[in-house]
Amino acid sequence: MERSRREFLKIAGISAVGLGTAPAVKVFAAEVLGQPEMRLGKDALMAKHWGLVIDTRKLKTSEDIKPMVQACHKIHNVPELGNKNHEIKWIWEEAYHNAFPTMENKYLDERVENTPFPVLCNHCENPPCVRVCPTKATFKREDGIVEMDFHRCIGCRFCMAACPYGSRSFNFRDPRPFIAETNKKFPTRMKGVVEKCNFCEERLAVGQMPACVEASNGALIFGDLEDPHSKIREVLKENFTIRRKQTLGTGPSVYYIV
Amino acid sequence: MNDKHKIIAGLILFVAIVTVPIWLNMGKAAPVPEPVLSAQAKAAKECVRETAYMKVEHMQLLDEWRDAVVREGKRVYVNSSGKEFNMSLSNTCLDCHSNKAEFCDRCHTYASADPYCWDCHIDNPKEKE
Repeated sequence: MERSRREFLKIAGISAVGLGTAPAVKVFAAEVLGQPEMRLGKDALMAKHWGLVIDTRKLKTSEDIKPMVQACHKIHNVPELGNKNHEIKWIWEEAYHNAFPTMENKYLDERVENTPFPVLCNHCENPPCVRVCPTKATFKREDGIVEMDFHRCIGCRFCMAACPYGSRSFNFRDPRPFIAETNKKFPTRMKGVVEKCNFCEERLAVGQMPACVEASNGALIFGDLEDPHSKIREVLKENFTIRRKQTLGTGPSVYYIV
Repeated sequence: MNDKHKIIAGLILFVAIVTVPIWLNMGKAAPVPEPVLSAQAKAAKECVRETAYMKVEHMQLLDEWRDAVVREGKRVYVNSSGKEFNMSLSNTCLDCHSNKAEFCDRCHTYASADPYCWDCHIDNPKEKE
């Protein structure tokens, strides 16, 4: 069979185009035919701005706060280090004049004077810890939660210096030996990492309320601050609330009914 | 050129000394370890992705998972055959591969890879008390 040069070049050209586009076609085919996908859990609770109201009228003594602290610290593998200088805390108890130093009066009513105030990370609207973090280990999610990526924390502790609420703790020691009962579903931390409350984002992702809210007997109300029909907004509408050190302009998402 | 012999002898000695580790370890390469599958992993037949991919790319997959979970809050992974997985090293990977020492550590030790995943992530959700 005889072939002209022209015919040969035609076939050669078409073959070259075919060979060249094969990988591209394969990639497209793979994309159309079920590429792996990552998505939110179907029970995940969503909000535009998560917030918390703490009704301190329902909290009389330390005994009312203990269950919240225990529930939180147990599920998040927070160690119990004997040394106060090494203490790790996500939620803890503070007296009024320590929690609200800018609103201290010379003469305070007795109830407020004696009420224990549970304090935790305020998940600020304008979080100073996020601004100072050099590795973006601390960041603000779209739903207002100020979260930490422990993988990226280099332990510089700028965030601890920046936080006006003392909400952050540093692991000066390996925390593992000091965790009485490890929750296998949640990671621990390692030496040299900062940690703090995460508004139980891992529980919200599976449709559960934060652990402290569940353990609070109704003293803590959690919900979406941007949703005008949410329960938290109703509570905020009906009660006078205060926030910690709000003159600093951090915009805390935790409100206190005094 | 009077020291020609000395120089050559010295060079030979030098090469011999430098290459001693090679000669001593010749033919003694450790055999490639075979990871042992737990009963549960064997029963499941296929991992999150096909085995060849998992062997080579599991670290990339875990890295993607971490970013998706921590940064975007996405916790469900749907693979190409439509099966759903909770993206969690401790609760998903190590739940099935519950024999970390025989499955993970063997190859990591062989390859002299020292991942620090287990400094924080609970390595064996089932085995430990």
